Amino acid sequence: MTMRTFIALTLAASLAGFSAAQAQDHGTPVPPPQKWSFSGPFGKFDEAQLQRGFKVYKEVCASCHSMNLVAFRNLAEAGGPGFSEAQAAAVAADYKVKDLDDKGETIERPARLADYFPDPFPNALAAAAANGGTVPPDFSTIAKARTYERGFPWFLIDIVTQYQEQGPDYIHALLNGYEDPPQGFQLPPGGNYNKYFPGHSIAMPKPISDGQVTYDDGAPQTVDQYGKDIAAFLAWAAEPHMIARKRIGFQVMIFLLVFAGLLYFTKKRVWSAVH
Amino acid sequence: MSGHSTYQPQNHVLKWLETRLPIGGLIHSSFVAYPTPRNLNYWWTFGGILSFMLGVQIITGIVLAMHYTPHVDLAFKSVEGIMRDVNYGWLLRYLHANGASMFFIAVYIHIFRGMYYGSYKAPREVLWILGVIIYLLMMATGFLGYTLPWGQMSFWGATVITNFFSAIPGIGETIVTWLWGGYAVGNPTLNRFFSLHYLLPFVIAGVVVLHVWALHVVGQNNPAGIEPKSDKDTVPFTPYATVKDAFFMVVFCLFFAWFVFYIPNYLGHADNYIVANPAVTPQHIVPEWYYLPFYAILRAIPDKLLGVLALFGSILILAFLPWLDTSRVRSARYRPLYRQFFWLFVAVCLGLGWLGAKPAEGIYTVLARILTIYYFAHFIIILPLLGIFEKTKPLPNSISDSVLGAKA
Repeated sequence: MTMRTFIALTLAASLAGFSAAQAQDHGTPVPPPQKWSFSGPFGKFDEAQLQRGFKVYKEVCASCHSMNLVAFRNLAEAGGPGFSEAQAAAVAADYKVKDLDDKGETIERPARLADYFPDPFPNALAAAAANGGTVPPDFSTIAKARTYERGFPWFLIDIVTQYQEQGPDYIHALLNGYEDPPQGFQLPPGGNYNKYFPGHSIAMPKPISDGQVTYDDGAPQTVDQYGKDIAAFLAWAAEPHMIARKRIGFQVMIFLLVFAGLLYFTKKRVWSAVH
Repeated sequence: MSGHSTYQPQNHVLKWLETRLPIGGLIHSSFVAYPTPRNLNYWWTFGGILSFMLGVQIITGIVLAMHYTPHVDLAFKSVEGIMRDVNYGWLLRYLHANGASMFFIAVYIHIFRGMYYGSYKAPREVLWILGVIIYLLMMATGFLGYTLPWGQMSFWGATVITNFFSAIPGIGETIVTWLWGGYAVGNPTLNRFFSLHYLLPFVIAGVVVLHVWALHVVGQNNPAGIEPKSDKDTVPFTPYATVKDAFFMVVFCLFFAWFVFYIPNYLGHADNYIVANPAVTPQHIVPEWYYLPFYAILRAIPDKLLGVLALFGSILILAFLPWLDTSRVRSARYRPLYRQFFWLFVAVCLGLGWLGAKPAEGIYTVLARILTIYYFAHFIIILPLLGIFEKTKPLPNSISDSVLGAKA
């Protein structure tokens, strides 16, 4: 009786708010959920996908977006894109970083494994000036820094389904969300219309088109596929130890389950004397 | 701490120590021989879980502090360094960040359990008030800690919360400047928040000692809400409570681990993975989930000063609960009306929490105002009147009677 009242009231309150939330939504569609190899309790990054995503980053995104918390050595570390150390060093050697020589003069030298991805612009002001006044966001943690409103009851269901890929879903949707503004939409100067961007006016023009990046593993060269690959790559860049986390997590869960079981029977035995 | 100890060590070294410092006897009487009501249910295991969580937070926090840099230019980077380069740094940080949430989940269950079974009533008023103080210290510690990663929500959350004090008439602005150590949230703020975030958990530990001390003086309440009358009503803490607490603590750890390993960012906010930027205000500034009901109360009131007073009042009113509840019967089991109002109150708190995460506009503000009024009415009107008008059910003669009655 009381519990039922409680549930009924909670539901009523939530529904009242839920319909209010629907009413004030300004027509931003929910990013379509994609299938990610790294979702769920046993999810793992797909090395080939991360390598393709890295290619997209290097050839397209990197001209404007920094990724300054990721080092070249990370590319060769376990749980990542699976480059060998030699391959990662070769990637690094293509980049120039600033350093000092023995005499204290500023020089530019090829990057090494220990270096971090250098910024495409010397500073934030230069980045903003070159991009119509908006600094292109850094990519190191962007897959965890972007999300969309889940709403009731999804935010509760997500606990059980372990849905953590809002960021990658949003990034993929954003790259595929460029279209002509609908009739009557006032696009501010310098803005580009994007279906999934909050407010719809995004400073970044459509960054990538079909066929722009050449894949040599036969994967489709479409914006849809590019979007998936770069989103997966960014998910790894934001959470490079995810595979280890889920693997250790499974071991911890098994241990705790067995331990809880043993303690339960111990408890039953101990208490049998007084019950 | 309760009664004199029956502890008699056999070992010579322990005997020698016991005649000089009777610490063995203290531990024995507090955690072994301590009589605990035999009818305690699993809601009573959260005290132990809370001590455990405090330990987890202190240990992971000390190690995290070895790798963290409290500086506006380096804080975000050093946290990401922990995530990326420190051995198992991601585990430490996720344990600590989710541990804070688990600590609050456990404390909310603990508080609501106390409310349901009337654990705050005489002679347990001081025990209850010490608990309210611990809860306040936890809120301060959690807020300070959330600032440290120096993400967007860290910065803007700190700005909004410290601005509460500007509502104080006359000297408000001066106090805020003094809190910040400058004219905006900045490096001095981050430094002092780190210092205080490291200090407060040890203050909490100190008050927890007082809380446990008070508990061991008055003894535990129990689901029947009547005092133990004979040895038949109690069992020794060890092994009975120890093994039960241990079992449920491990069950709680399963829940904890689910968040840490599978959905570590679920309880956080995406914007906190963007480095703090004083020039860009996030669309919605939202505090951590455990403050949301109070945030809803703050925003429900159109006047800033009154809003801040309502916010603090909504927490401080808990300290007066022992006197606001006029019923002599403790447990909701024997209070049919109170039981209904208790669950309604839980629903109102959850509703306020949900509203705290929503923008303060339109229907949300209206709902928040209704629920805020109800929140205070529960304490100021409903509880005092219920004690007078409610017809309670007859209490069992003893705890062992209630156990046997329930089993029959």
